[in-house]
Amino acid sequence: MDFQLNEEHLGVQKMVRDFANKEVVPVIKEWDRKQEMAPFILPRMAELGILGINIPVRYGGQGFDYISLGLVCEELEAADSTLRVIMSVHMGLNSMALLQWGTEEQKQKFLVPQAKGEKYACFGLTEPGAGSDVAGMQGTAKRDGDEYVLNGEKMWISLASKAHHALVVLRTNADAQDPHDGLSAFMMELDREGVKTGDIHGKMGVRAGSTGWISMQDVRVPVENRLGEEGEGFKIAMSCLDNGRYTVGAGATGLIRASLEASLKYANDRKAFGREIGKFQLVQQKIAYMVQSYEAARLLYLRAGWMKNQGQRNTRETSLAKWFATDASFDAASEAIQVHGAYGYSDEYDVERYLRNSKGAVIYEGTSEVHQLMQAGYALGYREDSPLRCEMPAYDPEFWQAEA
Amino acid sequence: MKIAVFVKQVPDSAATLSVKGGQPDWGDAPLVINPWDEYAVEAALLLAEANGGEVTAFSFGSESAADALKHALAMGVSDAVLLSDPALSGADAGVAARVMAAAIAKLSEVDLAVFGKQAIDSDTGLAPSMTARLLGWPSLTLVAAVDALDASAKTIKVQRSMEEGRQVVQGKLPAVISVVKDYGEPRYPSFMGIRKASKAEIPTWSMADLGIEAPTSRVTWPEIMAPPMREVSNEIIEGSSPEEIAGKLADKIIAEGVL
Repeated sequence: MDFQLNEEHLGVQKMVRDFANKEVVPVIKEWDRKQEMAPFILPRMAELGILGINIPVRYGGQGFDYISLGLVCEELEAADSTLRVIMSVHMGLNSMALLQWGTEEQKQKFLVPQAKGEKYACFGLTEPGAGSDVAGMQGTAKRDGDEYVLNGEKMWISLASKAHHALVVLRTNADAQDPHDGLSAFMMELDREGVKTGDIHGKMGVRAGSTGWISMQDVRVPVENRLGEEGEGFKIAMSCLDNGRYTVGAGATGLIRASLEASLKYANDRKAFGREIGKFQLVQQKIAYMVQSYEAARLLYLRAGWMKNQGQRNTRETSLAKWFATDASFDAASEAIQVHGAYGYSDEYDVERYLRNSKGAVIYEGTSEVHQLMQAGYALGYREDSPLRCEMPAYDPEFWQAEA
Repeated sequence: MKIAVFVKQVPDSAATLSVKGGQPDWGDAPLVINPWDEYAVEAALLLAEANGGEVTAFSFGSESAADALKHALAMGVSDAVLLSDPALSGADAGVAARVMAAAIAKLSEVDLAVFGKQAIDSDTGLAPSMTARLLGWPSLTLVAAVDALDASAKTIKVQRSMEEGRQVVQGKLPAVISVVKDYGEPRYPSFMGIRKASKAEIPTWSMADLGIEAPTSRVTWPEIMAPPMREVSNEIIEGSSPEEIAGKLADKIIAEGVL
């Protein structure tokens, strides 16, 4: 067993941390208040190669491993959750699905520009009336010759109004005996006729990010845009979540760290009753819990990342990492506010933003309740993962780093 | 053109310096590339990109200095060499300059040697000028911009940063320059650079490799002590107008005998 990050991991970690601290942290409050995504964020992340971090070089990426993706997410969310959200949808839920399920033509057409950061990508699964109940979705895709005609509405879609490509899951067979088998996945360019997008405002958190909706009215896409086989949409969506949840868990770990670091600084500076508040045991207890949850969350996501590198199925471990880290990040942010007292309740300090940002991830990509059902299901033997037609490829440095 | 850039491994600028057992102590602060040297690497890379050529990074120090060289490699320099020898512990700026001048001579046909304006640990800022003197090259320190560089005519024109403004100086190549912050924000290491650096095996040149005897330090540190802490108190002067605040401040200054 080796717990040591290698030189590449440490280099990636430092580079992304420097970027976030120098360019994002100084301005993020302002954009959070405006409820807008800072216009420089996406192009800058693209320019630095972050948007293609773990995609093979031959597909326009940087050729790093899955652990590097987790480290990137931790660093980004330590600055602001909205940056990690970009990685969750662009990379975890979309680009990695192309890597796993895409044909060579689809990889060239969609993955290469996404990994290079020339095109941004999002993921459309949730609908106004269907969240955890994925198979309850109403959106449809009907075959018409060499095309599909897409109709429906997707809601709570990160980067809906910024992305160029969306991976959408829609119903292709209303008569399927098991409704899960009636879904199919499509890559849809968002400039196609019949597509409309917009942002949702008034969110509790991730206010400096883009969360929106996609409406499809008789949108025609070629058959070549279908990802996987017809009827494979649910399996594809669930495999996407294995990667999206990984980025969310790693990111939430960064949020715990941010709450911890803010609390340490404040507890060492702020004095009450003639001494630093860090000297009081009830403050120490809060700090101790933050340390505990940070270390545990980190180990959980790194194990999931290691399993991805090995090409091992990690649905169970990734679910556990995501559930634990997101719940713990909410608790850590709440306790960080308590450590800060009344100042923590004001946006003069960052911790109130951490709390607002932490809540979304407890809900999306599987609510904490869904993850509890999954974990109990695995433990009780009610649930097991069947092999997929296309498994996520193991990290092979030679293949990943070669030009072609 | 051939450019040599010099980087140093120093304790993180956020480190707390104390004295333990008569020696400076940085605690467990991480060692990082000297922040000023990042500007030097940026300058060297920009000059090589604009004029063609390659950049070789050198670091004079112990084995841990290889990390500073890896940072330079990740930023984009072509090669890196560690200048290290057990005979050189406790070296002063003069020793460092002799070693660095010998390294430049060994690399041969160097057109430009680039330094940061100073290292944040010793803070002397002597190495660039001393190295230039040993090589017999022009020393252009505190460079904020290079206005012109003609590799074939062997000339360089720079703007030096002065308290009063900028001083434009022209010199002949080969030359030594030391750069300041105004030169431009250092780039982040690229992901490809990080991979290259992580795989790089950095050669070490000893004094024997450089063909010189280990120089002797002229500066010794007979006693190191921490200065006594000064008590400082702050007072915010309030008033309804700038004139009133300025008046109160002036009265305070006179009353405290500052002027």
